[in-house]
Amino acid sequence: MNLVVNGKNTDINETLTIGELLIKEDVKMPQMVSVELNGRILKRSAFDTTMLKNDDKVEFLYYMGGGQCL
Amino acid sequence: MSLTEQQIERYSRHIILEQIGGAGQEKLLSSSVLIIGAGGLGSPAALYLAAAGVGTIGIVDGDNVDMSNLQRQVIHHTADVGAEKIKSARDKIVAINPDVKVKAYKQWARADNIRDIVRDYDFVVDGTDNFAAKFLVNDACYFEKVPFSHAGILRFDGQLITVLPGKTTCYRCIFDAPPPANAVPSCSQAGVLGVLAGVVGSLQATEAIKCLLGLGDLLTGTLLTYNALSMDFRKVQLERNPDCPLCGENPRITELKDEEQIVCDMDNCEC
Repeated sequence: MNLVVNGKNTDINETLTIGELLIKEDVKMPQMVSVELNGRILKRSAFDTTMLKNDDKVEFLYYMGGGQCL
Repeated sequence: MSLTEQQIERYSRHIILEQIGGAGQEKLLSSSVLIIGAGGLGSPAALYLAAAGVGTIGIVDGDNVDMSNLQRQVIHHTADVGAEKIKSARDKIVAINPDVKVKAYKQWARADNIRDIVRDYDFVVDGTDNFAAKFLVNDACYFEKVPFSHAGILRFDGQLITVLPGKTTCYRCIFDAPPPANAVPSCSQAGVLGVLAGVVGSLQATEAIKCLLGLGDLLTGTLLTYNALSMDFRKVQLERNPDCPLCGENPRITELKDEEQIVCDMDNCEC
């Protein structure tokens, strides 16, 4: 199936949950990402139960501090 | 208020813009922006807003200038090392534009002081460097209903979003709480390209001016991400989150509280 992950088309040959996609995309700490699925922020508790479907749009959103760095 | 001859000359490149004109410039001169953190993001924002003739600029910062700040915090000069950041920032703002009234707050943003400061301003630029402060600014602006620009930078990446509290997606709609300890490094630990702060802080200043003048489309409901290495700018549409603990349907946060300061210990950091 085709997914759009952070704006990039990604071909996936297996059935995956959001949690599994995070591992596949080498996101080492899922706690540091918020996930938006088709325009909606997904609850963290739903990462491992939400199955991806063809043409899903997934955005990994990262915490970023910065600004006045001490 | 009417513009003096000197002001007409100073702001001529604004006034000639059909979308700003004399009326828009007068509006800027009677507007106020609060900049929280006179650092990497706050420096360019303060300089451009001062040059633009924003009449009142507030600066909140409890820190002094350090040599390692100068690589990106362009409002501070070598001679300012050791000086209070608010003083250093005020001196530069006034030097650029004596029209601007500067209100300097030598303090860190905390739950017990920030609402009183925020409520006096038309717009807030979040230039803070840590997650506890970023959530605090988001929440304080929500409770006071003051629009603000949130931004973050790290290494070669930056991102920003403009929030009209109660109306558009807020920071807690995206991230409900600060990250766990050791999950995300700070700039001092991970590094940051100095000019990245200039790009992102200038974008924040752009949003401030647009919001004050009602110009164009604000970056609301949209996170703009920027990578300096690939030169990719991306807009990610983000709807309001009905489960947002602050502005959602059943809010759990009903008063301002300090979040615990997250400090990343690089030895145990997995990022």
